[in-house]
Amino acid sequence: MAFSLTEYAKGNVLAVQEYSILSWRAFANLFSQPLYLGDILQQMDTIGVGSLPIVALTGFFTGAVLALQSANSLARFGALAFTGQLVSMSMVRELGPVLTSLMVAGRNASGMASELGSMQVTEQIDAMRALGTDPTRKLVTPRLSATMFMLFFLTILSDLVGLAGGSVIALLLLRLDLNEYWTSAWQTLRYADVFMGLVKPVLFGFIISTVGCYYGLSAKGGTQGVGRATTQAVVAASVLILAVDLIVTRLLMVLLGPL
Amino acid sequence: MSADGRNGSEKAVVFEGVSLRFDEQVVLEDLSFELEHGATKVLLGVAGSGKTTILKLTLGLLRPDSGRIFVLGQEVTAMRERELFELRRRIGMVFQESALFDSQSVEANVAFRLREEKVPEEEIQRRVHEALRFVEMEKTVNLFPAELSGGMRRRVAIARAIISQPEVLLYDSPTAGLDPVTSTTIVELLVKQRDYYKTSALLVTHRLQDAFTMATHSFNQQQNKMVPVPPDTNWDPRTSFLVLKDGHRMFEGSASEIANSGDEYIREYLAP
Repeated sequence: MAFSLTEYAKGNVLAVQEYSILSWRAFANLFSQPLYLGDILQQMDTIGVGSLPIVALTGFFTGAVLALQSANSLARFGALAFTGQLVSMSMVRELGPVLTSLMVAGRNASGMASELGSMQVTEQIDAMRALGTDPTRKLVTPRLSATMFMLFFLTILSDLVGLAGGSVIALLLLRLDLNEYWTSAWQTLRYADVFMGLVKPVLFGFIISTVGCYYGLSAKGGTQGVGRATTQAVVAASVLILAVDLIVTRLLMVLLGPL
Repeated sequence: MSADGRNGSEKAVVFEGVSLRFDEQVVLEDLSFELEHGATKVLLGVAGSGKTTILKLTLGLLRPDSGRIFVLGQEVTAMRERELFELRRRIGMVFQESALFDSQSVEANVAFRLREEKVPEEEIQRRVHEALRFVEMEKTVNLFPAELSGGMRRRVAIARAIISQPEVLLYDSPTAGLDPVTSTTIVELLVKQRDYYKTSALLVTHRLQDAFTMATHSFNQQQNKMVPVPPDTNWDPRTSFLVLKDGHRMFEGSASEIANSGDEYIREYLAP
């Protein structure tokens, strides 16, 4: 069949429309019954507790390498003592939320897409509808609420472990005073920094869960279709996280004043 | 309610001039038929003739391009998805590949609908065992779908569909891909459901022998098995046939009418 630009554009507009409707319904379901608390808790365990090791490791190594790289530049200006400040600002405002979200996207957006995709191609989603249960309420809303809630706390953990990673480098390689490192890291943070760092994971959690579920529920064409949906979910969620990060950062800078 | 004042309440299922296309392909074209309460309509036709689509349209899982569909007196084609969930609780469907929830046990699959309706756990257990006993699968209660054979999965799917005693049952090729012995067991369950609970049903099948077994047998409760209807009586009058070709209705009538049809396509279709 010949490529048609109109059909291609229509297909993309339709996909955006379907994604928006799914996201809205999944979010609106949070404010009405039934809420499927058991499923929410199960998802919190899978997404939150299950992601702890990779989030902690990512945070630690990011903080450590950040300290190493920044120390190199700061030393040229005789400002090595500011290493703690730099690691703290970078981790809390930017790297903590973004890298944690990208890790969770890689682990959970793919998991959601493959799980729901398998259910879709084996008619389990249709079976659920046939049994009188709304799949959006039963499957998507618990994943949405669990991801938004748990990513918030995973980011806090990642920030803390990142600062600890930086402190290990500061102590062992840079020979900085540990007390000075932690004091400067702590004192440089303002409420606006923390606010920015904690708004982002909530938004990114929304993106990860809705994109993962959307691609899963749109899967077609057997196991190959499930594989394609899984890959697309991770790519789309990761790109969206980075794009939204830029927009939100700029928006919060305007709203909260120069940071 | 339709313009002529009829709302289909006297019928279990009513299709009125239903048409559906997927892109350029005609799936159903101006299809009309009715299913009486307590009756079984067997949908026959070659692959791709729109049989499964009819079941999905009946449940509201698909929407037609034109025409109207009534189920249990409610116009499915005029209902929103949220309203359909209520209606679907009065309908049971057995999917072709069973569509059991593979991460849940047999017990959780069969009990799914009751748990959604917040039925007390004690009653759930009683009804799950009753439904599994009906399909003779009581021993599999703690197994997972992956541990079951194809025939066993179909029987669990039937148990899941009948647990809430639905008013309409939709069977999508329940014997497809099964050996003859297992197929007969499944057909016996359908006959038992038809004669014991008097449930209205749409049955999609490729296997003509299953369709004729439905029409020529009844369930004997004393013997707990299906038996042929006596030779001097008519075939089961509640079982009728609908033959589809390229989305069009080719034939609609009783078992004896289809067996004696002079239509060339029907004769070719019925030929072994």
